Amino acid sequence: MLSPVILVPAVLNGLMTGAVYALVALGLTLIYGVLHIINFAHGAMLTAAMFAAFFAYALLGLDPYLAAVLLTPLFFLIGYALQRFVIGPAAHGEDRNFLLVTLGLAVVIENALLYFFHADTRTINVPYAFDVIAIGPAFVAVPRVVALGVVIAVAAALWTIMQWSDTGKAIRAVAKEKLGAELCGVDVAHVYAVTFGLGTACVAVAACLLIPTYYVNPTAGEAFVLIAFTIVVLGGMGSIAGAVIGGLFVGVVESLSSIFLGQSLGQIGIFVMFIVMLLIRPNGLFGARA
Amino acid sequence: MKAYLPIAFAVALLAIVPFFTTSNVVLNFLVMALLIALAGQGWNLLGGYGGQYSFGHAAFFGTAAYATAILQTRYGVNAWLGLLAGVTAGALVGAVIGTLTFRSGLKGAYFSLVTLAFAEVLRIIASVAPITGAGVGTLIRLDLRPEAFQFQSRVPFYWIAVALVGLSLVVVRAIENSRFGAYLVAVRENEDAASALGIDAFAVKLGAMTISAAITAAAGCFYAQYFLFIDAAIAYGPWISIDALLAPIVGGAGTLFGSLLGALVIKTIGETTKFVTGDAPGLDLVIYGLLLVGVVGLAPRGIAGLLATTIGRLFGAAAPPEPKHG
Amino acid sequence: MAEALLIIDNVSKSFGGLLAVDNVSFNVQLGRITALIGPNGAGKTTLFSIISGFLPPDAGRIVFDGMDLTAEPPHQRARRGIARTFQIVQPFAGLTVRENIAVGSHLSRRSRSEALAAAGNVAQSVGLGAQLEVPAVTLTVAGSKRLELARALAIEPRLLLLDEVLAGLNPSEVRDMVPVIRALASSGMTILMTEHVMQAVMSLADRAFVLAEGRVIAHGTPQQVAADRQVVEAYLGQGAAKRMTAEVGHA
Repeated sequence: MLSPVILVPAVLNGLMTGAVYALVALGLTLIYGVLHIINFAHGAMLTAAMFAAFFAYALLGLDPYLAAVLLTPLFFLIGYALQRFVIGPAAHGEDRNFLLVTLGLAVVIENALLYFFHADTRTINVPYAFDVIAIGPAFVAVPRVVALGVVIAVAAALWTIMQWSDTGKAIRAVAKEKLGAELCGVDVAHVYAVTFGLGTACVAVAACLLIPTYYVNPTAGEAFVLIAFTIVVLGGMGSIAGAVIGGLFVGVVESLSSIFLGQSLGQIGIFVMFIVMLLIRPNGLFGARA
Repeated sequence: MKAYLPIAFAVALLAIVPFFTTSNVVLNFLVMALLIALAGQGWNLLGGYGGQYSFGHAAFFGTAAYATAILQTRYGVNAWLGLLAGVTAGALVGAVIGTLTFRSGLKGAYFSLVTLAFAEVLRIIASVAPITGAGVGTLIRLDLRPEAFQFQSRVPFYWIAVALVGLSLVVVRAIENSRFGAYLVAVRENEDAASALGIDAFAVKLGAMTISAAITAAAGCFYAQYFLFIDAAIAYGPWISIDALLAPIVGGAGTLFGSLLGALVIKTIGETTKFVTGDAPGLDLVIYGLLLVGVVGLAPRGIAGLLATTIGRLFGAAAPPEPKHG
Repeated sequence: MAEALLIIDNVSKSFGGLLAVDNVSFNVQLGRITALIGPNGAGKTTLFSIISGFLPPDAGRIVFDGMDLTAEPPHQRARRGIARTFQIVQPFAGLTVRENIAVGSHLSRRSRSEALAAAGNVAQSVGLGAQLEVPAVTLTVAGSKRLELARALAIEPRLLLLDEVLAGLNPSEVRDMVPVIRALASSGMTILMTEHVMQAVMSLADRAFVLAEGRVIAHGTPQQVAADRQVVEAYLGQGAAKRMTAEVGHA
């Protein structure tokens, strides 16, 4: 059970899966870090993006990696619009209301997808889906290596934006001190919407990375939601580094516990870790005060 | 005693329905609405009065349903004892989750998240554990005798549902007029200020959670008896967690009749949707989701709040201040 | 000399690298009004939070009526007879004035009707009798301060901690509030108040302790303390005392 031939691929696969988890978590932690709300609609947005990527391939013949170029800005706009015109106004600025509104949105999106596309599971077949490259004793699927690379690139890009661009500075200002930022002339509603858009764009990229090897159905995103939450809590609410490292860590944990406990119980392992983290250290390993 | 008059009136009104109609469709609709009202009243106590928004009330519903079903099918326990056992089991789960989360000081979104996680864990366990029948679920054997809590006609079921809802209304009203109720609201509004007045916030929240779980658990047991079949998705699924919170929010969180009103409204909307668009899966939940967003955005105090404001305006009074739920 | 109801014994507290409270010791005498004053950032609020149980000290003890309370949570201290008001008023929104106060009255009364009735009496004693059925959120600042006081009094404490209870009041409102506090003291209540409004401190306090940069730099009667050179400098800056005496010399 513990031989390297089994462990190394498991760890590597865990890292690749974890990379996508990390990207989803990145979006979530960004939204939390700035808006201080937990976006319960995140998983539903991922599902919607996966359906979009699926249909981009099935109807337009667009390779997922190319579709990403189209879908990322599209979902940024969708996220922006949702926050600016639906979530923000409906919540009246109260945290509890944000919870309910994003929950409501999640229900709407997932069930709309269910209604229009039914519960069937679909997959796409891209020619390179089963290509592998050898890393040590392991053979790793090419799409997953690509995923790891893309995630690291996206995380780096986001970090650069946050550190160096004017928008990034505005976002960080609002995250730290909303009233002060407002008094300096920052349009908080716009910043909130931009952040939400960025978070949603992250899931769009994640969806395109997933679709070559993963299935899509109306509940596909759901599986990622709680995992993303676990990562965000683990890595610290609002920490980009935390989301990436946390994501990789969780991916490896899931992979290893699946070997020892089987698939479903592997999932339980994650939830249990999530609950334990919340109970002991809700600020996470890297996070600012929750 | 005067305080309980509206409850008696509502119960009486509901109880005489079977004398005006024998339509199974109507009775079935009302039974489901009452079931949601009951589950929702449990949520209402913790969420509306206590201010702690649980997103995983399915944990109590499902545990109770499985408890009574397993006790009956595997151990031959009487169904009424099963009801008692189920409510106790649900309350116990509530106490455990409450102790863990409140001891850690979890509040707000974290609390919602953790309750969601607990419900999911239970769902996954139930979907693979042998004792629950795993993926196949648990079927309670048909045994149409009152002693076995099963009835040929829907009417006795309906009356039991009315009685349970009535009981939950009495419990909540009693709490409203008690020290515990005052403490619960104080903790909701401002935990620090409440502590400074001698209130043990942890004990109050834990008590509310346990009672809330017991009420929702009763709904779970009733479900098991009425439908005679449960599986992991039914017992612990998001549908009941969502219905249990939607009903009181639509009807008016933190009000006595909020859950009952809300349940009737959402069930009506759900059935109308099904009627108009056919039994397409998902559409009714889409409507529920929109309803949730709409109510929070436009009428945060629910129907009860709208009624209060409208009646107030009719009589020229200023609208009462919006309770802070921050 | 009156006995000490509350003893602050060598209490210290740091936040990160900042030493907010530095080995502070003082007593609050039974039946007297003791004032804790000092410039902003001196550590008064931190000390208050420690005394009322909302913040644990890094070192030292809080002794109340001979009992070491240092490890007890706020609600426990309240049950022992320590009540506090909050600097930023925090009424229970959605409840009336009477219902707000009743939350406190419930500490020694199970019955809802008894608590509501008792709340009425407490409200009268602080001058809120006319506003009992009004929603608490609609009170003015002055009214809210009285509500804070009433709620604290409702638990029938032996020690009352007033956290800048006069902050935010205009001079005439202060003039109205001072007699209320004095009446409490006359009826035997022990009071520890932090305050910036100097006229109130001068007219109410029997003894004052001055806190600056986390340390007690002076104590005595309000008059003694006001004349203390170190106190003047703590408030007005170094050299101020000398400048003031020089000016007086010239006049």
